[in-house]
Amino acid sequence: MSAPKILMRRGLDHPGESHRLETYERAGGYQAVRKALDMSPEAVLDEVKKSGLRGRGGAGFPTGTKWSFIPRDSDKPRYLICNSDESEPGTFKDRWLLENDPHLVLEGMMIAALAVDSRLMFNYFRGEFTFPLERWRRAVDEAYAKGYLGKGVFGSDRDLDVVTHYGAGAYIAGEETGMIESLEGKKAHPRNKPPFPAVEGLFRSPTLINNTETLAAVPWIIENGGDAYAQYGTEKSRGTKLWSCSGPIGRPGVYELEMGHDLMEFLEGDLGGLLEGVTLKGIIPGGSSVPVLTPEECRGAKLDYEGLRERGSLVGSGGFIVIGDNVSAADCLLNLAHFYAHESCGQCTPCREGCGWIEQLVDRILTGRGTQADIERILRLSDQMVGKTICALADALAWPAVAFIKKYPEDFAALCAEPVDREALRAAVGRHDHILPRAS
Amino acid sequence: MAAFTLPDAAVSEIDRTIARYPERQAAMLPVLWVVQREKGWISADAMAWVADRLGCSAATVQSVVTFYTMFDDRPVGKWKLQVCRTLSCELMGARAVIDRIRERLGIEAGETTEDGRFTLQEVECLASCGTGPMLQCNFRFYENLTPERMDALLDDLAAREPVPDEVEPVIYERPDLEAYRAMFPASMTRERTGGAEVEAQ
Repeated sequence: MSAPKILMRRGLDHPGESHRLETYERAGGYQAVRKALDMSPEAVLDEVKKSGLRGRGGAGFPTGTKWSFIPRDSDKPRYLICNSDESEPGTFKDRWLLENDPHLVLEGMMIAALAVDSRLMFNYFRGEFTFPLERWRRAVDEAYAKGYLGKGVFGSDRDLDVVTHYGAGAYIAGEETGMIESLEGKKAHPRNKPPFPAVEGLFRSPTLINNTETLAAVPWIIENGGDAYAQYGTEKSRGTKLWSCSGPIGRPGVYELEMGHDLMEFLEGDLGGLLEGVTLKGIIPGGSSVPVLTPEECRGAKLDYEGLRERGSLVGSGGFIVIGDNVSAADCLLNLAHFYAHESCGQCTPCREGCGWIEQLVDRILTGRGTQADIERILRLSDQMVGKTICALADALAWPAVAFIKKYPEDFAALCAEPVDREALRAAVGRHDHILPRAS
Repeated sequence: MAAFTLPDAAVSEIDRTIARYPERQAAMLPVLWVVQREKGWISADAMAWVADRLGCSAATVQSVVTFYTMFDDRPVGKWKLQVCRTLSCELMGARAVIDRIRERLGIEAGETTEDGRFTLQEVECLASCGTGPMLQCNFRFYENLTPERMDALLDDLAAREPVPDEVEPVIYERPDLEAYRAMFPASMTRERTGGAEVEAQ
């Protein structure tokens, strides 16, 4: 299956110069926003709705629906935020877009801003993205110099400005209300919802936040029509998605695939399979927050929202982490538990304490001091974390924790200080199976 | 507080930054970045100065400085080595790279060498998962690292001074299979338990 390259076309066709305005325009850039300026905001929104585009940052919420939540009759300013805080372990697609095609992201932001009648846009970069930030700033300067930003953009009566903002190291700033707090100059503590950002977001005003990749798909949709986009992919998962691929594989990197691509075909084809001498232990298909898939679950799996859900995992951010059989599932879980314990913002007790406890329990098991009761404690703790906090960070550790124990019980049992009753462990896993995502 | 000053250019940069935001406090992160760039770290005096500039309390500024991992509230080395320790990098041998730095510099994660040249930190995912192990050194990424490349990089850094506009990533060629085998975590577990095998039922 050859990918249509909606998102990576220019970057791959013009290596080393795709980030420049001249290249972007020569390859047809900034035509979509001109078209959008001649359309009504409702018509722009309609095309995005028709496209079936869903949020590519992790949650997969329908983009057009999200845009339609922004009230048109509000007398407050409306803000647009592009979420370039890419921090989900295993994910590096937004970095690719920002480094290789910043004008594509900017044009997507402009169109979104027109659709929701926003005059001030923000692009929030993670603090570590110095190089993408440099490329982005140059792109913004070029756009201002051409009159594509500022007063009367493209000769119209519309004013549009962009503020480039950057964080300073906090995973939770990628959560949309955490990002709003961060942009207001505070700790990135996610907010209780409702009110949702569409009603009361940045500076208490209606705010639209979309992931970088989501916005980058918008110019193509406006140029070619929502129906054309919807022809790619499957019935419920339209279009294309970027996959950031890592681990002991032949050709790691960012790939754009039509939704519904066969997982194993992708692994053995584009990715060049596993490195010689390494066998497949499992794959985390959508960033560290989603449950791992065993080789059996990978076989026949389709890379789209329904396909992965049917296997008990999620598309998430598309951070495709391949795990070899040289490591224990307990090692992987410890690594991730440390991540979430470190990144928990500390507001909610189930998350702040739960992530830390899971890390300590896995550490105890890995250092040969653990027991069966510790494994079961991790399961019970996970149960106390899912759905009980302001944001989904706690879920994002509970899911992988339960999945690793359920799918690789031997890895945990073999490390315990005392013999483990396999039957009882299986039963304990069964009692907590409901925690994992399932086919809807 | 009177003791804290910044060069005029930095102050006007800060004022221009504040003016871009609908509310003053929103400029918090970019303003703190300017302070850290100018001073190397963010002192209590600096926090009070920023609070005054942004119209908020010094405690608010401190809460932000201590929340975000990239801000330093104490002096750090000239070269700040932030090595990614998250899953994708660890699967490809990040531990071997971190161990090489520890041995070479004689410091643990979180410490600074006595001569003040190097600080070592273990950090979380830096979005370079396909080219791990990797690290961020000041504002530049070095990707596809091996212990040998780390040796050469440390030699290079030891012999020169930081340059502010060094931001373009250095992406080495992908290590070959032999290099990977040497640094792969054969089992991250065996290493941790010191080889202790536990009787399985």
